[in-house]
Amino acid sequence: MRPRSGLLIQDTIQSGSRRTFNMAETHSLQDMRQQAAIASKVFVQRDYSTGTTCQFQMKFLPELENRIDKQQFEETVRTLNNLYAEAEKIGGKSYLEGCLACLTAYTIFLCMETHYEKVLKKIAKYIQEQNDKVYAPRGMLITDPIERGLRVIEITIYEDRNGGNGR
Amino acid sequence: MSAIMVSKKVLRKWEKLPGKNTFCCDGRVMMARQKGVFYLTLFLIVGTCALFFAFECPYLAVHLSPAIPVFAIVLFFFVMATLLRTSFSDPGVLPRALPDEATFSGPRGEAANGNVPAGQRPPPRIRNVQINNQIVKLKYCYTCKIFRPPRASHCGICDNCVERFDHHCPWVGNCVGKRNYRYFYLFTLSLSLLTIYIFTFDIVHVVLRSVDSGFVNTLKDTPGTVLEVVVCFFTLWSVVGLTGFHTYLVSLNQTTNEDIKGSWSGKNRVQNPYSHRNIMKNCCEVLCGPMHPSALDRRGELIELALAPVPIPASKNNKENPQTTKTTAPLIPNEHTPDDVKSSIAPETEGDVEEKLSPLENKPPPSEPPTPPPADPAETTAVLEEAF
Repeated sequence: MRPRSGLLIQDTIQSGSRRTFNMAETHSLQDMRQQAAIASKVFVQRDYSTGTTCQFQMKFLPELENRIDKQQFEETVRTLNNLYAEAEKIGGKSYLEGCLACLTAYTIFLCMETHYEKVLKKIAKYIQEQNDKVYAPRGMLITDPIERGLRVIEITIYEDRNGGNGR
Repeated sequence: MSAIMVSKKVLRKWEKLPGKNTFCCDGRVMMARQKGVFYLTLFLIVGTCALFFAFECPYLAVHLSPAIPVFAIVLFFFVMATLLRTSFSDPGVLPRALPDEATFSGPRGEAANGNVPAGQRPPPRIRNVQINNQIVKLKYCYTCKIFRPPRASHCGICDNCVERFDHHCPWVGNCVGKRNYRYFYLFTLSLSLLTIYIFTFDIVHVVLRSVDSGFVNTLKDTPGTVLEVVVCFFTLWSVVGLTGFHTYLVSLNQTTNEDIKGSWSGKNRVQNPYSHRNIMKNCCEVLCGPMHPSALDRRGELIELALAPVPIPASKNNKENPQTTKTTAPLIPNEHTPDDVKSSIAPETEGDVEEKLSPLENKPPPSEPPTPPPADPAETTAVLEEAF
């Protein structure tokens, strides 16, 4: 890739209004990002078999085979799928929210969060927790799908420099 | 030998977004580039309503009921709110794929991953998925480097892939897609009501006044009425027709794009896999469904670090390779860690770089390189890669 003259590093340090990055990263994440180089990235694709609702494929990718076991991976994806299904559930609560918002000409969202946004915060917390407990000790990191337009779950695999991690 | 001066600039992400959108209010407002027709829409609505409030309302409030102007105000407020919401919000733009994702999930990547059975390969730029027992083709977008989700389409005017793409509406100055379709529908509906309302009460007003003072005198007293009637007459045909068309689409859970292309026209026994086969359910899903969030974090912050060589008189490190003068080379954001970065910069300038890599602190640039502070650029090196 040719470098653009003058512009060298663009960096995300903090998201603005809604998605605030959890700045208090754990020590293991900091260590990993400082010391490890990125070996590869894998992308878990969307599963469109039930329609346009946000679901991800449970297919276990070959690159993850010697890093994490299948159960753990499937558990993560399954929980994420359930959370997204909760966010997009069409039922009494979403109708109520929609009607109320319509009656106020949608001005109510200037001061209130939508149900979806509330669940997105839950998802961000869950991903952070999974990263801390499961993926970082194995030399991997999950990126929140919303950062990628809800298209993929990006899993970054770091190089195994220390020799201790990864298995 | 040269030292390296680092300047830090804090930007918002919207400033670096690709595509042909314009942004206002520091990223809060997102519209298409051509806004001329949108201003016309605003002018027509505000102008006609202003004439109505000036000419008709005083008479009608007195002679008929004060509820008439009140209801007109409520309707006007609703029309403006839905119009602005449609025009200013993100229609459901899909952010473009970063290079890694494009390579992994792109058409060649798919074949390499063994997802495609050998010997039966569909053209690489199309992926087939089955949705509710219907085969839907997902096309690859070469601009955005993604396989478009079902119902998404690339808008040529805004140069973005938009989810559940309906159409690009110049009257609202934006695309109509997943996130703003309901506002668009409510805008057309409320505008139809407002137009009918103003038209009706114009006629009522003219009739009532003509009874008192004669037709010609009425027109002379309230010239605005003529203008309003003309605008409403032409608006009625177009907007009411449009509302009817979109009501039909909503009841079938189809988009304008699909309707025009005849995607679910019934040819070859193709049916709309997204429809619930129940008008109420379809309407509820489209109009009262969940409010999807924007995938573009427009107001998130980006830090741009620009390095430029600055000549210094001291020649302590002649033994350093001349690479230090080429400050751009080692810092190509291709997933280099801070360690890699630091090792390729001359040691006497290391202090400067690390000073500046500490985020969000306004330290004055040191006159001479100090001892490097304990490196804790965890936040800044969280993503040492180009966003786009």
